[in-house]
Amino acid sequence: MKELLIIAIGSAFVNNVVLSQFLGLCPFLGVSKKTKTAGGMGAAVIFVITVSSLITSVIHNFILVPTKMEYLDTIVFILVIAALVQLVEMILKKNSPALYESLGVYLPLITTNCAVLGVAIINVQNSYSILMSVVNGLATAIGFTIAIVIMAGIREKIEYNDIPESLRGMPIVLIIAGLMSIAFFGFSGLL
Amino acid sequence: MNKCIERLYNGIIKENPTFVLILGMCPTLAVTTSLINGAGMGLTTTVVLMLSNTIISMLRKVIPAEVRMPAFIVIVASFVTMVQFLLQAYLPSLNNALGIYIPLIVVNCIILGRAESYASKNPVLPSLFDGIGMGLGFTIGLSFLGAFREILGSGSIAGVQFIAEEYHIRIFGYAPGAFFVLAGLIAIQNKIRLNHGKKVKELPSCNGKCTECEQKCDNPTGKEGE
Repeated sequence: MKELLIIAIGSAFVNNVVLSQFLGLCPFLGVSKKTKTAGGMGAAVIFVITVSSLITSVIHNFILVPTKMEYLDTIVFILVIAALVQLVEMILKKNSPALYESLGVYLPLITTNCAVLGVAIINVQNSYSILMSVVNGLATAIGFTIAIVIMAGIREKIEYNDIPESLRGMPIVLIIAGLMSIAFFGFSGLL
Repeated sequence: MNKCIERLYNGIIKENPTFVLILGMCPTLAVTTSLINGAGMGLTTTVVLMLSNTIISMLRKVIPAEVRMPAFIVIVASFVTMVQFLLQAYLPSLNNALGIYIPLIVVNCIILGRAESYASKNPVLPSLFDGIGMGLGFTIGLSFLGAFREILGSGSIAGVQFIAEEYHIRIFGYAPGAFFVLAGLIAIQNKIRLNHGKKVKELPSCNGKCTECEQKCDNPTGKEGE
């Protein structure tokens, strides 16, 4: 239990996936204009990363390791993630139109979100068990959601501020991300 | 032959992936703690990009349009795995420094973006040079960022120290520094653009979706309103 808690806090705050590991930066910079869309993206990422950590970890532990084909990790994982995202999209569309309405638009964006593949690879490299992988995936995704929602909140506020012209757009967002990253750096004393 | 040189120029200067297209942000920020790491990552990506562009271009008439994305991903993932094993065998120190960012080359937008927008539509030789050009452009961007962070953060360049310990600004070696250095470099670029009467750089419009970068790569000037 204690071990799981350490993994969870470690990946949600201390090694925040966006602000200290730089995974999933594209959606973090691209889909963070409004809190609402950022929240939707976060929810979709939580869902996909948790399910994909479970599945990739099962595949790794029960298929690739017994057959000594660990070298196929990257290829298998990326295909599984791409197929999984498609599958989730289809299931949601058929069975839960309401959820599909709110998450559906973000799902295709997630296949190439490097956080998803990143978590799967981190799970394998640290040789986490299946339960640990799921906890790690969930916590990482929660960390991503926290970061993107805070970022969207700040960007909504600065919209009407008088920013020097050459800092508008990309630079100011990167500076905000840097300041957030310093704030999250403070968590490193936690563990 | 002119076409090949044009592709090199296009990749390195006109559509530089780091500074003009702003693609592949994850490795750009993550591994540029020093000049060597940045250049190493850039060259690794270049090799993958060259090989994947060549093979995809060769297979462009064989791969059906409906399944092209999965096919491209498998091709890229195979080359990434090969390159990863070569690095593990011959350059273990670089392999350790780059860590999980080597397998993550698979989801680098630059590679899929080039496969989709160039290699799948053009003959082999220009595609190969497109890969070399884009790869070198990426390498230059990463080396630049890495050199900046290394000088500011640990007062050295390529491991040779020339600034005394007490003048190091440690934070540039850590995660926040990566954001600040890139912000600074783009702000300087914006300043130059503004002086030439152009607009400031917008955020990546692809929303993290690689296939949409295609439109941007095909028509980079349209977006920037030049």
